[in-house]
Amino acid sequence: MSSTNTAQHGTPADAYPPDDMGRWGEFGGRFVPETVMAALDELEAGMNEAFADPAFHAELALLARDFVGRPTPLYLAERLTEDVGGARIWLKREDLAHTGAHKINNALGQAIIAKRLGKQRIVAETGAGQHGVATATACARFGLKAVVYMGEEDMRRQRPNVVRMKMLGAEVIPVTNGAGTLKDALNDAIRDWIANVEDTHYLIGTAAGPHPYPYLVRRLQAVIGQESRAQMLERAGRLPDAVVACVGGGSNAIGIFHSFRDDPVRLIGVEAGGTGGALHARSLSGGKVSILHGSRSYVLCDDDGQVVETHSISAGLDYPGVGPEHAFLHSTGRAEFIGATDDESLVAFDRLCHLEGIIPALETSHALVIAERIAHDLGPTGDVLVGLSGRGDKDVDQIAARRGME
Amino acid sequence: MNIPRPSLAVYLMANEDAPALAEAAVRGGATVIELGIPYSDPLADGTTIQRAAQAALDAGITPERALELLAEIHARVDVPLVPMTYGAIVEGYGIEAFCRDAAKAGAEALIVADIPPEESGPLRDAAAAEGVDLIHLVAPTSRPERIESAAAASTGFVYLVAAVGVTGARENLDPRVAELLERTRTAAGDTPILGGFGVSTRAHVEGLIAAGTDGAIVGSAAIDAIERGGPEALEALVRDLAAGLPS
Repeated sequence: MSSTNTAQHGTPADAYPPDDMGRWGEFGGRFVPETVMAALDELEAGMNEAFADPAFHAELALLARDFVGRPTPLYLAERLTEDVGGARIWLKREDLAHTGAHKINNALGQAIIAKRLGKQRIVAETGAGQHGVATATACARFGLKAVVYMGEEDMRRQRPNVVRMKMLGAEVIPVTNGAGTLKDALNDAIRDWIANVEDTHYLIGTAAGPHPYPYLVRRLQAVIGQESRAQMLERAGRLPDAVVACVGGGSNAIGIFHSFRDDPVRLIGVEAGGTGGALHARSLSGGKVSILHGSRSYVLCDDDGQVVETHSISAGLDYPGVGPEHAFLHSTGRAEFIGATDDESLVAFDRLCHLEGIIPALETSHALVIAERIAHDLGPTGDVLVGLSGRGDKDVDQIAARRGME
Repeated sequence: MNIPRPSLAVYLMANEDAPALAEAAVRGGATVIELGIPYSDPLADGTTIQRAAQAALDAGITPERALELLAEIHARVDVPLVPMTYGAIVEGYGIEAFCRDAAKAGAEALIVADIPPEESGPLRDAAAAEGVDLIHLVAPTSRPERIESAAAASTGFVYLVAAVGVTGARENLDPRVAELLERTRTAAGDTPILGGFGVSTRAHVEGLIAAGTDGAIVGSAAIDAIERGGPEALEALVRDLAAGLPS
């Protein structure tokens, strides 16, 4: 059913599947302990059955409309466009989706699949807390038990989301290993899953992990690109020259890119440049091919294969790996990946607040840095589409503290 | 690799004490030594081995140093040695170079916890070229066809995961071990089968033997013992566990 509106929606959500080994090119696969291999087979079968079942699509579509508020608007940022003095900047408003980010698209889809598989307990990781909130929300909606692992450092810098998860009934488990950030939360979420695999579904929040997760998450997030593409054709009368999105693990980026894959449109992923020096989270532009969290992709690791510490002001981008499909798009040159620093992102954050009255997430602010640059370079006849992946409510404490605004 | 039947394999983390600890383990009755090469993100391991790995990394144990330590152990004890690590480490080193250098250091087999049989082609070829066995895991959750392929692909011994979860000492082993073992035995033929994950008491060892395995693997409990009382405590633990093997 995903191919019926190709003229508007572009590349179907299930097009360009991974191969039989769960790989795109050399990237992806299944690098996990034996105990969870059967669960991955079960999930793959469950995914295929769900996507072949009109009832699954109907249930998801109804929730998308009435619960999430889809389609999310496409907004022409006129004052930002005018200030930059270049191409028109269009914002795909995933920040207006229920719970405040694109994460809900994936969480609801996976929760329905988990329910179809008879799982009663959901385990998830979260960095910025947006996926944790989306998971807690989906679990509340479906009556499932939610257990969310979150790094201690991230719990501190994204405190409002910790409170939201708890209000929604989720158990939030602090992770103290490593630097206490997203990577460490994934490790512990996966260990919990290994220990409880028979009654537990691991609801990964990004387009990474072992097959079939990257493909599943892309299919569930592709709605962002499908809507955007149709909205651009209707509003701008043309496709954008470039699509820009931030990339941590890469779910919002793959979701908005995928529909444009066969179009003459630049796909630009923005990674966390951190301090601009050695401390960053640019897996694709600064890492090497290795294995992390169950798949082969680009990883920030040393020559021995040990994962190195990363840094980003945004918890959601502070991750040493990246989804395997992005690694593939990078290797073929179909997508470009550029870094934006903490400081640049804070400037872009302020500009969107002041010029448009929209408080973006710090993750999303990274995409805005590069979107402004591309818009400037393209000049007034161009159009740039930006995945405005999430709202910045969760970041207000951190930014206020940084600026002495308390 | 030929391991005695019955066998007790003891897992140690590669660190500067490992050669002396290996001697203590063998004095206590260990018939195989597994040497963990530390990795920053060991997904299959519980807190005990995670902590030991992090301490080893903090002490500067690189994969190269771990293989040197393996060679020192090889010079000191006369039991089969089996490095155990993760895919990122083997690939970071280079699969062929790793197998060559591990073999040179005395490794008779390899365990790579996150490389299942279907992803193990290049590793299997490189190990075989150096005469090193490759050991795969079978778990209580494994489907029959996976048990067959993993058991058939394993040489040296088959690692039977006796508890669902990550590594770590626990009170009870999985009740499905007997059924898992039966399937594994059919597919493994003459290859020995050792049970691990959660083995910490003599009763566990006796239980695994009674179920029909060829022995047990003890990891986290050994590391707990070392933290508690060094080589003496390790030797005492291994001696106690080895008493659970039929003589």
